[in-house]
Amino acid sequence: MAKTALQFRHNGRDVAIFVDGGTNLLVALRELIGDMTPKFGCGQGGCGTCSVLIDGELHLSCLTLAETVAGRSVETLDGIKDGPNLHPLQRAFADNFAAQCGYCTPGMLMAAKALLDRNSQPSRAEVVEAISGNICRCTGYEPIINAVLAAASVSRARA
Amino acid sequence: MTRHRGRGIASVNYPIGMNLGGDPSQALVHSNPSGKFTVALSSIDLGQGMKSVTRQICAETLGVPVEDVYVDTADSDTGPHCMGSFASRGTHRVGNAVMAAAREARGVMMEAAAEELEVNAADLETDGRGNIHVKGAPHRSISTKDVAIAAQFKQGKTISGRGIFLVPLSDVDPETGEMSPATCYAHACLVAEVEVDDETGEVAMVRMDSAYELGRALNPRLVEQQLVGGAWMGVSHALYETPEPYYPDPVHGPRDFVEYLMPGPGDICPHDIAVLERPAPDGPFGAKGPGEMCANPVLPAVANAIFNAVGVRIDDLPITPEKVLRAIKAQGGARPQARR
Repeated sequence: MAKTALQFRHNGRDVAIFVDGGTNLLVALRELIGDMTPKFGCGQGGCGTCSVLIDGELHLSCLTLAETVAGRSVETLDGIKDGPNLHPLQRAFADNFAAQCGYCTPGMLMAAKALLDRNSQPSRAEVVEAISGNICRCTGYEPIINAVLAAASVSRARA
Repeated sequence: MTRHRGRGIASVNYPIGMNLGGDPSQALVHSNPSGKFTVALSSIDLGQGMKSVTRQICAETLGVPVEDVYVDTADSDTGPHCMGSFASRGTHRVGNAVMAAAREARGVMMEAAAEELEVNAADLETDGRGNIHVKGAPHRSISTKDVAIAAQFKQGKTISGRGIFLVPLSDVDPETGEMSPATCYAHACLVAEVEVDDETGEVAMVRMDSAYELGRALNPRLVEQQLVGGAWMGVSHALYETPEPYYPDPVHGPRDFVEYLMPGPGDICPHDIAVLERPAPDGPFGAKGPGEMCANPVLPAVANAIFNAVGVRIDDLPITPEKVLRAIKAQGGARPQARR
């Protein structure tokens, strides 16, 4: 089968790859671009650990055909830090012990970033809703909710 | 339709580790020429903090800063034998092995420092900041880095130590069946408050209050993280998750994460935790271990709370809305018990 040429922006950088028809975005990111931050959890949209932002909107990369991101901007966990400085959400996750095994963390961070990008002062209920598509087996969610609220209050203090 | 509140309590006496032929774990500690130390283990850190806690235990025993210790683990090709990360045994068994290994390495380090400072090793002490000095004379000092360099390049010594901790196989008394499978026990008590809907059979968690006695909490934030996450898992086992909802009939079993029920971030409740510290005589710095115990008391406490709320006694997990509803119907309606 012929491969398709595909160009899109990946964490602010233009990338060009060839994909087989039907390749999903998660495989394209991990195996063709080498960005291992989106994780493969279930491969069928049930766990959320493959979450990425496409043009700023939260998507499950395992259920997104790679070809549909042509010309669009894809942001992954690999792109959220600012040089050597962690993103405020990453810092808040560390400070609040919001990760144990860490497998859900990339998806949680992207879901939280999607929320804070559109709503910098979310309520607890809004944080709960924003991460409700992401499964965590270790933390009991409470430390993750607290971390997102803490990151929001940090950015509020900076504003 | 009425929603009934109920409260239930449960307590746990939890043995640390297991005893099916003895329960050993080993550790090796050695210094690098930079004066940093490596702990070699094959114990697994699944995220519960084994690497952090063994690092703390090693640094504290050696008398060096925690940042000078690196824990290399989870590879049975490069680390000595470990029984595994289960039965809440990590901190207690592996921690004790690390402590023994670090003690032996510290002995060599102090001898090497004594040779450099031309004093008796018994007169030396560590300052915990990377220096070794003569007791009462802090100016007669040498850094652990310089000791490591001298040991490596001048004295021809390895600053290293071996450690094993073994809880031997407990014999069974043939007359009574009595045995002592564990050397120390942790304890917990948890009160769960639930709300039961007598029309749908649904159980919602309202709040939990708990107290955990786990020896010394070597890293209080990691302990808290275990207790919060473990209680969530207890709620999940009590009310939500099962691979075989109609066991032994395999019908309607979940096939993926979409169908496998677990409480989401919207289903959790406030949980107030008190940590009580009664150091264990045979624990590393008094530690026992939170481990599995953080999930266990939740299940009976929730079952008791449901009985308190609507008067039905369900002894089959998970306690699904269907089971609650059938039990309420069978007894002819909800019968709230006296509120304790």
